[in-house]
Amino acid sequence: MNANISHIIFKHKESIIDQWLEEIPKFRTEDSLQNITDAMYENTNREFVDKLLSTVKNQTNDHADLVPFTERLIQLGWPLNYITRGLQEFRKITVATLSKSETDYNDSIELLQEIENWIDEIVNLLVNEYSGSWENTVFLQKMALKELSAPLIPVVDKISVMPLIGTIDTERAKHIMENLLTGVIEHRAEVVLIDITGVPVVDTMVAHHIIQASEAVRLVGAKCILVGIRPEIAQTIVNLGINLNKFPTKSTLKKGIETALEMTKRQIVEMEG
Amino acid sequence: MQVQTHVDINSEWGIVAARQAGRKLAREIGFGSVDQARITTAISELARNIYLYANKGQIYIEEVSNANKRGVKITAIDQGPGIKDVRKVMEDGFTTSGGLGAGLPGVRRLMDDFTIDSEVNNGTTISAIKWLR
Ligand SMILES: Nc1ncnc2c1ncn2[C@@H]1O[C@H](COP(=O)(O)OP(=O)(O)OP(=O)(O)O)[C@@H](O)[C@H]1O
Ligand SMILES: [Mg+2]
Repeated sequence: MNANISHIIFKHKESIIDQWLEEIPKFRTEDSLQNITDAMYENTNREFVDKLLSTVKNQTNDHADLVPFTERLIQLGWPLNYITRGLQEFRKITVATLSKSETDYNDSIELLQEIENWIDEIVNLLVNEYSGSWENTVFLQKMALKELSAPLIPVVDKISVMPLIGTIDTERAKHIMENLLTGVIEHRAEVVLIDITGVPVVDTMVAHHIIQASEAVRLVGAKCILVGIRPEIAQTIVNLGINLNKFPTKSTLKKGIETALEMTKRQIVEMEG
Repeated sequence: MQVQTHVDINSEWGIVAARQAGRKLAREIGFGSVDQARITTAISELARNIYLYANKGQIYIEEVSNANKRGVKITAIDQGPGIKDVRKVMEDGFTTSGGLGAGLPGVRRLMDDFTIDSEVNNGTTISAIKWLR
């Protein structure tokens, strides 16, 4: 920033800070700000406005020194909405203060423009940091979901189970197929139980994907059993005219495991004594 | 008061949202779990067809009633390519997308009343009602 202007702003620092701290609580509406202590709220506000004013000294419009503080605001869960309103208020107060007391600069376009640019850059930086952190969160959640979405669990030798929970969309269907095939080979499974107890809707697309998956499993030398078909799902599958005769189905996982043991020529025996 | 909801279908999320809205209304009207599943599945089929063949459209879900019964009506509207031979798409196993070709004939069986109205290059409107017994 122009050294002259930064000097002027600095001269009125205290007054700007006081006014801002006075005005800002009107934006303290969101839960994440109401649920913290007043002391915490006031301290962070004060730190925020100090940091803002410290950027006045920067010769260029690069305010990278705000990044660590922004990261803290994000961690504390301070809403971006509050921050941008706070910055707008800050600009308003700064412009009003300077034009009142600095008669030389009263209507100076230069002054106004400098302040505009200065605050705009800071808004940009903050918005960037915030959206970067959201994208990061979404990405991490997507990865976590992907890991959860189609696990193949080797329960006993030669038998694996894939419990499916939640809606199956195209991406997840692809994932199910991949996990089934790599898992079957990796665990040397001979029978795979696909448990659809937790799938809310079995429409033609879901049925089609399950049929395709079980055919693919057959091609790598194993067999599929479909388990956990709730009564109402059984009805809708029949209404849809989908023929599941081609592969074995069992109502519960327990019955499925029993069948799988039979298919691999084993059984569970109770020990005496 | 009779409720009408509508859900825009332009992604797979829309399909899920439409299903949830349908299940909610079906439950409120008093449908049992089997009919709730039928209604939800029918919505899923119609919404997915919109998404697949017309890219975008709307699903309307509303309560309907006549002299002595109540029901749920689903209306699927799109301005997509339309359907050339309506008789053909109602046959089990007919598909142009490598699917099972079970969606539309399935919806007719899942629901009680079914009408389809389509014009090539102008879009498709399908509505279906399930009556509460
Ligand atoms: N809204 C639509 N607009 C244009 N064409 C459609 C529309 N809905 C269905 N069709 C056509 O009708 C055909 C049959 O639809 P249907 O839903 O019965 O089977 P499908 O979508 O091909 O497979 P699935 O069994 O997975 O539903 C589709 O392949 C498509 O060509
Ligand atoms: Mg379909």
